[in-house]
Amino acid sequence: VSRITIQGVGAVSPAGWSVADLLQAVSLGTALPVAPLERPARDFKLPVRRVPSPASPQAWLRQPRLRRVSPISRFATAAALEALGADAGLVGAGALRLGIVYCVMAGCVNYSSRFYQEVLNNPATASPLVFPETVFNAPASHLAALLGTTAVNYTQVGDDTAFVQGLATAAGWLLEDRVDGCLVIGAEECDWLTSDAMRLFAPETVLAEGAGAIYLKRSASGVALEAITDPQIYLGRDPRSAAIRAVQRELETLGAPTQLFDSGAAQGDPWQDWPGRRTSLRQFTGDAFCAASAWQVVAAAEALRKPSTARVSVMVAGCNHAAIGLSLIRA
Amino acid sequence: VTALGVGWTQNAEGFRSGRQAFRPVTAFDAGRQRVRQAAEVDLPASLPPTRLTARHERRLDRAARQLLWAGVECWRQSGWEPTENLPLVLGTTSGGMTLGEEFLKQAQAVPASNRRQPTRVTHYQCQRQAMSLMEALGFTGPLTIIANACASGANSIGHAFDLIRSGRTKRVLAGGFDGLSELVFAGFNSLQAMSPTGCRPFSADRDGLGLGEGAALLALETLVSANQRGAEILGELVGYGAATDVHHLTQPHPEGEAALQSMTEACRVARIAPEQVGYINAHGTGTPLNDGAEAMAINRWAGATAPMIRVSSTKASVGHLLGAAGSVEAVICLMALRGQWLPPSATTREIDPVCRFDFVTAPREAKLDYALTNSFGFGGANASLIFRRWS
Repeated sequence: VSRITIQGVGAVSPAGWSVADLLQAVSLGTALPVAPLERPARDFKLPVRRVPSPASPQAWLRQPRLRRVSPISRFATAAALEALGADAGLVGAGALRLGIVYCVMAGCVNYSSRFYQEVLNNPATASPLVFPETVFNAPASHLAALLGTTAVNYTQVGDDTAFVQGLATAAGWLLEDRVDGCLVIGAEECDWLTSDAMRLFAPETVLAEGAGAIYLKRSASGVALEAITDPQIYLGRDPRSAAIRAVQRELETLGAPTQLFDSGAAQGDPWQDWPGRRTSLRQFTGDAFCAASAWQVVAAAEALRKPSTARVSVMVAGCNHAAIGLSLIRA
Repeated sequence: VTALGVGWTQNAEGFRSGRQAFRPVTAFDAGRQRVRQAAEVDLPASLPPTRLTARHERRLDRAARQLLWAGVECWRQSGWEPTENLPLVLGTTSGGMTLGEEFLKQAQAVPASNRRQPTRVTHYQCQRQAMSLMEALGFTGPLTIIANACASGANSIGHAFDLIRSGRTKRVLAGGFDGLSELVFAGFNSLQAMSPTGCRPFSADRDGLGLGEGAALLALETLVSANQRGAEILGELVGYGAATDVHHLTQPHPEGEAALQSMTEACRVARIAPEQVGYINAHGTGTPLNDGAEAMAINRWAGATAPMIRVSSTKASVGHLLGAAGSVEAVICLMALRGQWLPPSATTREIDPVCRFDFVTAPREAKLDYALTNSFGFGGANASLIFRRWS
């Protein structure tokens, strides 16, 4: 896939509404503030890292389609627009076929829980405005409408690894000339339901929200996708460690990276003896599944701006399905 | 797997005759809903023998069980063996939604109790349902789950087609699944998209859709690979088109712009002209807006040849299967091509005059070489697949 290059990046995170905000938070090396989230019917609160309010009103929120959307749609749209930059105008003018791959794990959980609560109370009064916003692909649909793109548009669901698989889907479309450019977005939103569910498996985890976006094109210059490994599924004995080791072996065949962006050190981590520079964004941002994976790739792409950095590897060990790796180089 | 039965034979008989499978909902209490009918699947009491343990089987929800039944039939029919690098591409809109509903209800009603909650969280997620299928059949490989609303099942088959055509793999197991759930059922009721009088696709007096549930999987393989192992080939997938309708979140463009785009693209890929398509399995939900827009799209796509194009919607028989619709309707196209018959929309009496094509309302024999299936979803996801008769 090395003919596919990253032409833009975008991020909405607990650090703020831009890539610069995210990178500054990572460079400071301190975890972002945690806020308590109400857990209905219990006397404790759930710790989360929320996206702060934007510094200024976003003009695109005046679009009729976007007035009532859930936070996840706003995060995805803002990150996508930052990544797309001036090319947004080309899409609207019909001069650029833009594909969208939107990746989530929990998805539109705010409106889903709200709508189901309305159904339990009285299905006759459940809101017809809320239900369509519960559908996984609603944010991708809003974004397509805002940009005016009628090209292929997938919403891919999975654990944290779905975002990197989304990059592979986009690369395939570009190589087959189905689109001229493609946005790949990972997004999630905080909700007490998700945090309460996560508490059952990893009580120490602080969930976060936001989105990250990568804008890909066929080009000879820029940061290139050198390789995406096969996803290694968690099946069999010791599935997670075995999957991470398999991904590590595949990445190592490409050569040593200058820097590794991983999804967090774990017991038995095969990278623990690796001497190079290693960054685990989730320790600063919190865990946001597909959004956090997108932030990893955004940070990795930005790291390649330094002349001393020749290759970066991204390693995503998903929470319940698979591990996958990505290698980026300067084209 | 549909409300007509489990397996190719029962479904082929049901679709060929245009039998309807709607009944009062029993999967949950629909007593307070505006419409209370759906096409529910009656699954056998026990699951087919697989590599899953009894404990694992007990954890599977309604949707995962339907997926498993479809998967086992597909696997046996294909003759594939357990392997370590077989891509799986699935479409779904709601995965294990019934488990999510149970989780929410218990989290609110008995908040201090975590009993069975971890299992619900795990098996609610569609990647876990897919992994259960892998474990059951004894394979692993890359998993892609496409959630493009009601086009998911068609997109999943189309994506698998792309993976094979580009040379990235020789085989893919692909399809879609969705089970009935209270949230989604209430959602369509809240939109008043469901018919209180029965689903009548492309009927002049249509007033909504009927919901159903089901699953279908296709074992897709390169011709070279299939021939090398002497496989029985059920049909050839020759075209795929996908487009996005940006008109409205839940309403199609009235002229069917994106539907026209996806059908045109599928024909371009298949290298055929519209008049070569002998049958269209329309998305045909039975809602006033969908069927009107789809009819306009078919009219525009076929042009002067529209009267030659035979069209029906099998949602009259089994309802709208959401994430499973595109894959089940792909299998119906294969059935029609192999059997040389057309599945009727038997509930439609007075055909909407906007239909310039030959709309099929009664069982019919037919000679056909190509069949096209349309799937359109919320959010403007549009997909078309074209199959060719294998001989």
